[in-house]
Amino acid sequence: MDSKTIAYIIKRVILAIVTIWVVMTVTFFVMHFVPGGPFTSEKATSPSVQAAMEAKYGLDKPLLEQYGTYMKDIITKFDFGPSIKQKGRTVVDIIGDGLRTSVKLGVIAAVWGTIVGIILGAIAALKRNTVIDRIIMVISTAFISMPGYIVGSLLLLIVAVKLHWVPANGTTAAGLILPVITLGLSPMANFVRLTRSSMLDVLGQDYIRTARAKGVSGTRIIFGHALKNALIPDITYFGPMLAYIVTGSLIVEQIFSVPGIGRAFVSSIINRDYPMVMGTTIVLSVLIVIMTLVSDILYKVVDPRIDFS
Amino acid sequence: MKPFDNKTPFNLQVNMDNFLPASAEDKAYMVQMRPSTTFFRDGVKRLLKNKVATVSMFVIVIIALAAIFIPMFWPYAYEAQLGNQPGKPVDNSYANLRPFEYGKTEQAKIEAGEKVFPHVFGTDSAGRDYFIRIVYGTRISLAVGFFASIIVLIIGFVIGSISGYFGGKVDMVIMRIVDVYYSLPDMLMIILLAAVMRQTLAQALVGTALEKLGSNMISLFIVFSILYWVSMARQIRGQILALKEQEYVLAARTAGAKGKWIIMKHLFPNCIGIMVVYTALQIPSAIFTESYLSFLGLGVNAPMPSLGSLTSDALNGISSYGYRLVIPAVVISLIVLSLNLFGDGLRDAFDPKLNS
Repeated sequence: MDSKTIAYIIKRVILAIVTIWVVMTVTFFVMHFVPGGPFTSEKATSPSVQAAMEAKYGLDKPLLEQYGTYMKDIITKFDFGPSIKQKGRTVVDIIGDGLRTSVKLGVIAAVWGTIVGIILGAIAALKRNTVIDRIIMVISTAFISMPGYIVGSLLLLIVAVKLHWVPANGTTAAGLILPVITLGLSPMANFVRLTRSSMLDVLGQDYIRTARAKGVSGTRIIFGHALKNALIPDITYFGPMLAYIVTGSLIVEQIFSVPGIGRAFVSSIINRDYPMVMGTTIVLSVLIVIMTLVSDILYKVVDPRIDFS
Repeated sequence: MKPFDNKTPFNLQVNMDNFLPASAEDKAYMVQMRPSTTFFRDGVKRLLKNKVATVSMFVIVIIALAAIFIPMFWPYAYEAQLGNQPGKPVDNSYANLRPFEYGKTEQAKIEAGEKVFPHVFGTDSAGRDYFIRIVYGTRISLAVGFFASIIVLIIGFVIGSISGYFGGKVDMVIMRIVDVYYSLPDMLMIILLAAVMRQTLAQALVGTALEKLGSNMISLFIVFSILYWVSMARQIRGQILALKEQEYVLAARTAGAKGKWIIMKHLFPNCIGIMVVYTALQIPSAIFTESYLSFLGLGVNAPMPSLGSLTSDALNGISSYGYRLVIPAVVISLIVLSLNLFGDGLRDAFDPKLNS
């Protein structure tokens, strides 16, 4: 690694830290602009929770001091306080429960989206300007421009409600098939486009021609030379893909009633369970920021030719 | 007069032939073969050649005209619960009508020979005409997309041009802020802001002219303008940075032009292309976000419909009334797709540099 790469990595890490700090600060202050403060709601909060929140954040103390306690608790103890609506549970507990389902959902969706996307993208590039290429590109364009909630709702309507192939409820393993498909479609489409264009780029390079001239077999050229290099730009999409999967899971879990963190987040917004909203926003944001950081750095390390200035 | 001597190189004699009035032949040579074209006309020509973009434009125009004019003559209102007449018990025969079915009192009218306007898409579970709700939802979605993009354009242009024009420290600070903005998980921030803002605004708006618009709608605008100006600002900054180095700007400055004059006369007109293109591409993304928020229940206030909230409402009756899901789904996909294709066409036509 040369000094330029190291400087880039340091810059990116600082940016990520600043971003996380901004997210935490914005979340805190936004929540405190809610009329009546974040921890009161029109429905009676249980007195114990109310007392716990008041003790925790010292709601009578000046705003900056509350902010200090809040930041300290999150950074040192990973503590977001108790939930207002779910008695006796802390925000971290609820998030942990939901994450287990959501991570499973998200990882499977990401894996199939990536693999299928890369394969289809490579096929489209190798068969460029044929019917196969056109079909693949039209499908991927459609899935990129169609909102995820539309795709999910229509899949639910056709596959689960009309055809009865899978249960409409996402609590069982069979019920998770549709959410996984819905969530992976947009990443798949993006990988198709990325892989296709970078593959076309690579196939036009001199070293491919050299390999061909040396008499290297077609499969070896594709897998050993072309695909390996064509996959590099795909790394950049890992960060945005995670962001998409996180925000996409909010609606997918809503549509298919999957008991994950997305559904917990949405219902906490509607119920105005503010500690929950704060906690979930921060946890998900940190996840996204770190993943983006990792994929950016990885890209730079794998291909040092890239200049980010 | 002595004929012109072109043999001696240093003679000072004037060639009188150069000062004769132009003959008809000379004049014909100067006549323009075709009128000179402007950048704008050129762009329009390129745009119209692009079939996909032209078709998309027609689709958008038709949808927009329908969304504007149909509510003016449609006999049903989007919030009117047809079975719910004042002073009478609620008539449940109006709820969940299928397309072209009628409620009890309407049926009686038809039998008496009167004409009743059909419910083209039936009614929803509260007995509201579904067609007009779709039209109204389309109107809301388009309006949010359009106005949000205009707000984004204004903020983005102001910040981007300040950053690009002044450069130096100002530019550095603004660009660091932009960097942080870019790495923010925008959707989560939007959800957070939208969730909190509608609570805060609902109380602040009571009794003002904006109350009718609804706190959710206004918070949507605020959220868009807070979060989406960055990419517009970045584009404008890049354009201004490039334009600033052009000779004609240097010439203007040498001639004593002040900053305001240079911005308004030289930099601004050359940014219009990029502004139009990026605003056009911003609209579908704003519509997308609005429908996403509405789907989560964070969009426009009920009973106002939006395509997102219509879709999420339709999920409740999905097993018997699937078409209620399909209709808004088709409309929003059509809008987003054709706006995107049109925006791409605009970019290719008006920003040829980007295309290469």
